[in-house]
Amino acid sequence: MFDPVALPFIFATLMGVSILLYVVLDGFDLGVGLLFPFAEEDERDRMIASIGPFWDANETWLVLAIGLLLVAFPVAHGDILTALYLPVAVMLIGLILRGVAFEFRAKAPLGHKRPWDVAFWAGSLMTALSQGFMLGMYVMGLEWTWPKVGFALLTAGALAVAYSFIGAGWVILKTDGALQRKAVGWAKGGIWGIVLGMGAVSAATPLVSQRIFDKWFSFPEVALLAPLPLVSGGLVVALWYALRRLPADGDRFAWFPFVGATALMVLGFCGMAYSFYPYIVPEKLTIWEAASSTEALSIILVGTLFVLPVIMGYTVLAYFIFRGKATKLSYD
Amino acid sequence: MDTLLLSRIQFAANISFHILFPTITIALGWVLLFFKMRFARTRERKWMDLYMFWVKVFALSFALGVVSGITMSFQFGTNWPGFMETVGNIAGPLLAYEVLTAFFLEAVFLGIMLFGASRVPGWLHTMATFLVAFGTTMSAFWILVLNSWMHTPAGYELVDGVVVATDWWAIIFNPSLPYRLAHMLLASGLTVAFLIAGLSAYRWLRGDRAPAVATGLRVGVMLGAVLIPIQILAGDMHGLNTLEHQPQKVAAMEGNWETQGNVPLLLFALPDEAARENRFEIGIPSLASIILKHDPAGVVPGLNDFVAEDGTAMHPPVAPVFWSFRVMVGIGMAMLVVAWAGVFLMWRRGADALPRPYLWGLTGMSFAGWGATLAGWYTTEIGRQPWLVQGVLTVEQAVGDIAAGMVLSTLIAYLAVYAVLMAAYIGVIFHLARRGGVLYEPVASPGMQPVTSAGIHPAE
Repeated sequence: MFDPVALPFIFATLMGVSILLYVVLDGFDLGVGLLFPFAEEDERDRMIASIGPFWDANETWLVLAIGLLLVAFPVAHGDILTALYLPVAVMLIGLILRGVAFEFRAKAPLGHKRPWDVAFWAGSLMTALSQGFMLGMYVMGLEWTWPKVGFALLTAGALAVAYSFIGAGWVILKTDGALQRKAVGWAKGGIWGIVLGMGAVSAATPLVSQRIFDKWFSFPEVALLAPLPLVSGGLVVALWYALRRLPADGDRFAWFPFVGATALMVLGFCGMAYSFYPYIVPEKLTIWEAASSTEALSIILVGTLFVLPVIMGYTVLAYFIFRGKATKLSYD
Repeated sequence: MDTLLLSRIQFAANISFHILFPTITIALGWVLLFFKMRFARTRERKWMDLYMFWVKVFALSFALGVVSGITMSFQFGTNWPGFMETVGNIAGPLLAYEVLTAFFLEAVFLGIMLFGASRVPGWLHTMATFLVAFGTTMSAFWILVLNSWMHTPAGYELVDGVVVATDWWAIIFNPSLPYRLAHMLLASGLTVAFLIAGLSAYRWLRGDRAPAVATGLRVGVMLGAVLIPIQILAGDMHGLNTLEHQPQKVAAMEGNWETQGNVPLLLFALPDEAARENRFEIGIPSLASIILKHDPAGVVPGLNDFVAEDGTAMHPPVAPVFWSFRVMVGIGMAMLVVAWAGVFLMWRRGADALPRPYLWGLTGMSFAGWGATLAGWYTTEIGRQPWLVQGVLTVEQAVGDIAAGMVLSTLIAYLAVYAVLMAAYIGVIFHLARRGGVLYEPVASPGMQPVTSAGIHPAE
């Protein structure tokens, strides 16, 4: 048995880490899908090759995150998912389309490849937009009124562009030559998505809730938290500066757009986590009110502490095996 | 239609579509490992050709299984919030263990298994193949633990209307788990056996005489012939277990209204729930009593024992359970006949001289396993109604408060997507089978060549 007060906090942290890993990892492969219309056919093959060995495991972080919500906070799970019924359905159909298009485009008769490419793009777009929409609705307290839905539509667009930015960063990292140069252009076009998205959420969150406003803008918090927006701003400037000079000789700094985008997402996530803590359903239900029994959480935690390092280990192994520039995908 | 019925149809549609693909991948993972090890042992090219062909089917099926499975995990919350709120303390840890011990394992090593053959040593690739097969089987184990617990709950107590675990050993190894797990794993094996035999027969009929085709035929038919008698035995034991724990389900399967002895085994009947009797009964006298009680006079419980005092039926709808059961048994019997006829024909004439009508029959039965699996699941799941968790929670108590129109719109969207994907899946499988013989390229990968190369050891 673990401490009944600590357990919900541990699970909220685990769930947060899963969501963050999902947003970064599936973010880049969703982004690659979003960039499909801007690429030629042979470029699309190479982009697919760069995410082929990873996408399935990346999506598993979403299953873990939703699984942790389901098992650790069953009451919140019902509240959040019934409120987000439609966007969840759109996301699921999007995930289905892109997941299967991935396989079908390589195995279907030659003439069918293009429709499956369109399905891959459409599925990625549905997934990205609905996730951004859910993010906005969550920030707005899960209430379906027009101004709030309008805000959610804004974050939907912003997250999709942000995903395409980190996707372009991935392509810069994993390819070379003409495609890499093209991806630098895509990244330049997509960086505003991250700025707009993070800016909108940062501006709106304190306005929606007095509690969150006080958390950020009372002294000394405001001074302690200042590095968060300052570092984010600095990163955006550095990214913009780097993108104007990439690709560099000897492929130096090809990793920077992807790592920079990841760092921005981590910072944005930390800010949001700070705002909403200790609530899991915004302003309604805290993690302690929504948590499962101590006994059930204990039994999951034992397994998690044992298994999670192993999962991390073989995930790193997979990224190590498929390191370097992406080559043509083959089963041989 | 109301939200409850629409939510049930939606869940049924999602889970029916989903289960088709794990049914293939659970057993196909092990068959791929078998092909790979046969190749390592014999260095015969045909084993690698079989691996290369079926790994594509595996990848496609796996992707469909993953994405339709993600849908399932969200449906619990979107449509059935009462489920986790009531039994979350038990269902939660079981689902968590499935994600932690199975999903990540199979997802990560699938990448290495599919695309890593030229990047990792042979032993690591074989290991990845093993871990993917192991992961899919673990996944089946955990989800069947939960499903079995919903049929035969054990090791819990109710505190303020919420289920609390008292004995995890009893929860995991609940009374119906061993039978359900064995029945499902065998169903997966049979589905794959008939898929391999059917597609190989199809290739043979199209004039593809690659050595891998005849070997595939032999592997498929032999696997089917070995598994089907075991499956019939396992199914019988599962039925007896159900009789003990969910007698109302068996009563519906047999179409038996009154508790009595000498119950006939009905071959045909139209159960009429309004009149509480069967019409147009054709049956074999006393056979149901003999099967269920091993005695012609054995007393078998009837449906009329499961009616509440106010007249509400506390047993499942009879006709769907009655007929799903017969479809499952019928396909099983057809499998028995076809598989053993195949063994006989191969013994007399060889795998390369099978008569064409037989090969067409096998082709037609390529997806017979799907039919039997779905019919079997309908029998057991509809047979649990009106309960979601037997004796603890009804489906009506668990359904979420969503507008019926909203559920209807998502249901239509899912059905449309599933219809397109089903057509595409079967189309691509047969397309692969047609192409399998034509694109006959040399295997060009380090670590997998027919000659002994670094990293491959014959003893693998």
